[in-house]
Amino acid sequence: MSYRSRADLGGQDVRGVIVMETEGDLFHAPWEPRVMALVVAMGPTGLSNIDMNRATRETLPNYRELSYYEIWLAALEKLALQNGVLSESPPEPKQVLHADSVMAAIKKGTSVSRPAARPARFSIGDRVHTAEHASQHHTRLPAYARGKLGVIEKIHGAHVFPDTNAHGMGEAPQWLYTVAFAEKELWGDAKPLQGSIISIDAFEPYLEPA
Amino acid sequence: MELRVRALETQLTEKGYIDPAALDVLIDAYQTKIGPRNGARVVARAWCDPEYRRWLLRDATAAIASLGFSGRQGEHMVAVENTADVHNMVVCTLCSCYPWSVLGLPPTWYKSAPYRSRAVKDPRGVLKEFGVELPPAMQIRIWDSTAEVRYLVLPLRPPGTEHLSESQLAALVTRDSMIGTGLPKPPT
Repeated sequence: MSYRSRADLGGQDVRGVIVMETEGDLFHAPWEPRVMALVVAMGPTGLSNIDMNRATRETLPNYRELSYYEIWLAALEKLALQNGVLSESPPEPKQVLHADSVMAAIKKGTSVSRPAARPARFSIGDRVHTAEHASQHHTRLPAYARGKLGVIEKIHGAHVFPDTNAHGMGEAPQWLYTVAFAEKELWGDAKPLQGSIISIDAFEPYLEPA
Repeated sequence: MELRVRALETQLTEKGYIDPAALDVLIDAYQTKIGPRNGARVVARAWCDPEYRRWLLRDATAAIASLGFSGRQGEHMVAVENTADVHNMVVCTLCSCYPWSVLGLPPTWYKSAPYRSRAVKDPRGVLKEFGVELPPAMQIRIWDSTAEVRYLVLPLRPPGTEHLSESQLAALVTRDSMIGTGLPKPPT
């Protein structure tokens, strides 16, 4: 079975202009805030995690035709079905978010920092190669940054690894780094020079010493 | 769409996963309490207080939490500072990762394919669409937030604002200036 993300857009040729929005302009239909709140409120039930949510969204066949809250809704519906939420014997929610605990839950958030199982493989300033091949599962290494030479710029500690967590294979914490690339390394000489440096946040398994 | 959403909400409520009253509180929180005015306060404080600025650049999560802004989609914050030589800009090419705790919900364009595809490859073109033209010698530093680290741009304090109070300064800080697609407003 091949896994294909339709959300990996960096550097692709996409038509359309960027439509500006004023600051308070958050929603564009009355159902949109409801979808936002449903997705957030389903978090504490523990039926899925943020990486499963992202994997479900990015593999929707019509991802590119949908608006963002339509994507969120479609993924929520799909996950509800997959998790048996709408079946005769739905799974127990781990926790239900009630009105009086919303603000505390928002303030607390959900940290993905975890104790590291071993020391970091790389140090700041190290040169690294990113993994070359397209992934057959959910991953957070964008296509434009695959098989490229970069430099470790920051070390963020060990974080939950989306590649396993998205598929119910555990958190398997991995060291997370900010890896910076020269624009020429990513885009070659084709474009007019931008004078830019681009970074991604990359998990250790995406990287090899260069 | 309206009916589809209502149907799902009803089902999730009946099965005991959702408390509809919690949804109302959530929506209100992101409409009235958690938005870019939070981030503007962080920026204005950093402009006024050199010690706070250093703390923000060293440990943004803690420095931001000290002003009461913490939690969801801001658990792992990094502040990146614009200088005379470097302009920072934030994108999430893979989805729509955004620092909710300081900026609230992302604008539609931030989640859209045109911005996500082009910000990494043609940042000057994108900035131009936002009405921002930077000197050719200025380096543009793009942060693609591909994991759970969330980035807040600390823009340059506009000239001629020495006499302004912290809250007057906060009013100059736009949402876009904290994403890096804009600059703070000049003082009136």
